[in-house]
Amino acid sequence: MSRLSGPEHDVARDAGYDEAPPRMGFFTDTSICIGCKACEVACKEWNGVPDDGYNLLGMSFDNTGMLGANSWRHVAFIEQSKPVGQQESPREGVRWLMASDVCKHCTHAGCLDVCPTGSLFRTEFGTVVVQEDICNGCGYCVPACPYGVIDRRPDDGRVWKCTLCYDRIGDGLEPACAKACPTDSIQFGPLDELRERAHDRVDELVSAGVTEARLYGDSPDDGVGGAGAFFLLLDEPEVYGLPPDPVVPTRDLVSMWKHAAAAAGVFLGLGLAAFGGRNRR
Amino acid sequence: MTTTKPPGQPERQKHGRMWEQGRGRRRGEELMVPQATFSSYYGRPVVKKPVWEELDIAGYLFTGGIAAGTALLAAGADRTGRAELRRAMRLSSLAALSVSGVALVHDLGRPERFANMLRVFKPTSPMSVGSWLLSAFALPTAISAADELPQLIPGPLRPLVQRLAPAASVAAAAIGSGVATYTAVLICDTAVPSWHAAYPEMPFVFAGSALSGSAGLALVLAPVAETAPARKLAFFGAVLELASSQRLEHRLGLVGEPYREHPSGRKMKLAKALTLTGVVASTLLAKRSRAAALAAGAALVGASALTRFAIFEAGVVSTEDPAYTVAPQRIRVEERAHN
Repeated sequence: MSRLSGPEHDVARDAGYDEAPPRMGFFTDTSICIGCKACEVACKEWNGVPDDGYNLLGMSFDNTGMLGANSWRHVAFIEQSKPVGQQESPREGVRWLMASDVCKHCTHAGCLDVCPTGSLFRTEFGTVVVQEDICNGCGYCVPACPYGVIDRRPDDGRVWKCTLCYDRIGDGLEPACAKACPTDSIQFGPLDELRERAHDRVDELVSAGVTEARLYGDSPDDGVGGAGAFFLLLDEPEVYGLPPDPVVPTRDLVSMWKHAAAAAGVFLGLGLAAFGGRNRR
Repeated sequence: MTTTKPPGQPERQKHGRMWEQGRGRRRGEELMVPQATFSSYYGRPVVKKPVWEELDIAGYLFTGGIAAGTALLAAGADRTGRAELRRAMRLSSLAALSVSGVALVHDLGRPERFANMLRVFKPTSPMSVGSWLLSAFALPTAISAADELPQLIPGPLRPLVQRLAPAASVAAAAIGSGVATYTAVLICDTAVPSWHAAYPEMPFVFAGSALSGSAGLALVLAPVAETAPARKLAFFGAVLELASSQRLEHRLGLVGEPYREHPSGRKMKLAKALTLTGVVASTLLAKRSRAAALAAGAALVGASALTRFAIFEAGVVSTEDPAYTVAPQRIRVEERAHN
């Protein structure tokens, strides 16, 4: 059986593909996101994702709120009082952070691990995709995701999330969001290359004085074995609504079963004790 | 060019919150988490709330436990010649299993696809393991129950059922030990903060709750003359449940809060009080009068159900406030940075 946590060099081979293309992913460089939401629109258009109503959330320019069954890209808007560029002192609400969030396509994906039907599967590109003809809407993947990405559509009963445009990348196209992104904040490609490029970009930013630039989800040593979609952030992850140290729940599964087995033993033992002993009647 | 990071951000701009603010920390309560500010994105949750219906799934945690515990009591009753206890427990087990099945299928987004649960066997999915476990549990449970209702079985099959029933009872009890405890793994193998962190104790809480609840049902349904082992089992189960949930609540610190506070925490306290009342009544009074046995048994059954609903709600509460997700993770990150 494959590993439940930790670094995993070849996810596709681990999932049973003898020969597979390189693992593909997203690098979302939020330092050049302009908050245009073209990614959200392109994703909805290409994937036929239903709208989720006209909501005004009062969260800056963000009226999407969070990733969910009907939002596979979500652009976060954060207004801060921090000095920007050459400014000496912070000014009220002047620093903007914009970031396009997406499914992380984890190396160790909680949703995939817990799916009881085999509806969620690992593609040859190392991504994680729901097979809608198999999903029976049990909902187990929903709380199993440490990032809160996947969700159930109430009217449809099944779960939905980003497929990393499985239909497009199989034909050599880039995913719709990356294609539509006007600044290349969303970059698509082989994960190894993206990671290299991302490290160069952080170095570049830090040497230019943007010392708060950091990568999120790039490390194979993190709690999900590294994300297939990772980010360059300019503040702590939780500021963007991302968990600072996500861990795939299944990491502890072996220990969980051991505890359950011990409890099952106690259960039977107490039964024996109740019926055994002195008074047989 | 060098930039200096501004010291301390004003609360408002970081969309942060102070931990101790608005949390109603009571006097003398131990400070579980160092005072620190945690940020969130407009106070939005990080992990998704379970989409499971409380009545279906918390209900199943209860009825699944009852199905398993009554199977155990039925096997014991069969081995020790307690016919009425055996009959009550075998039929209760089948009834509880049937209700469980209905609840589980009802909760699916696509109930007509319930058979997809047996499409694969997947050890990494506690729900897959549980589906197979329940299927394996159903056969001996059905045979044991059929043995109590010979008039419903076609004549030629009766001798076969009669021959198989004792072994089926033992098999149901054995598999039942898995049914009673796997549900703990089911809910703990999630990113729900108050469930995941509780995984070492949860199977013991569930085993204890299944035993005390089922023993309570035995007190309600079987004559006093046959329920001595049920009274013992109620005691054992209650001690196991109370001790493990006490340990759970106190070990967990911050994410244990939903088990101690909020409506879920109040439900938990009520469940414990009811368990305690039930077990005291069953130990001291239930052998003397049928009425006392009825009352004690009902209290234990109710307590078992209430425990499951409280635990379910505690998990949901912990997903609604991003603090329960972010704070423990932030503390881990800081600790790693210091080491």
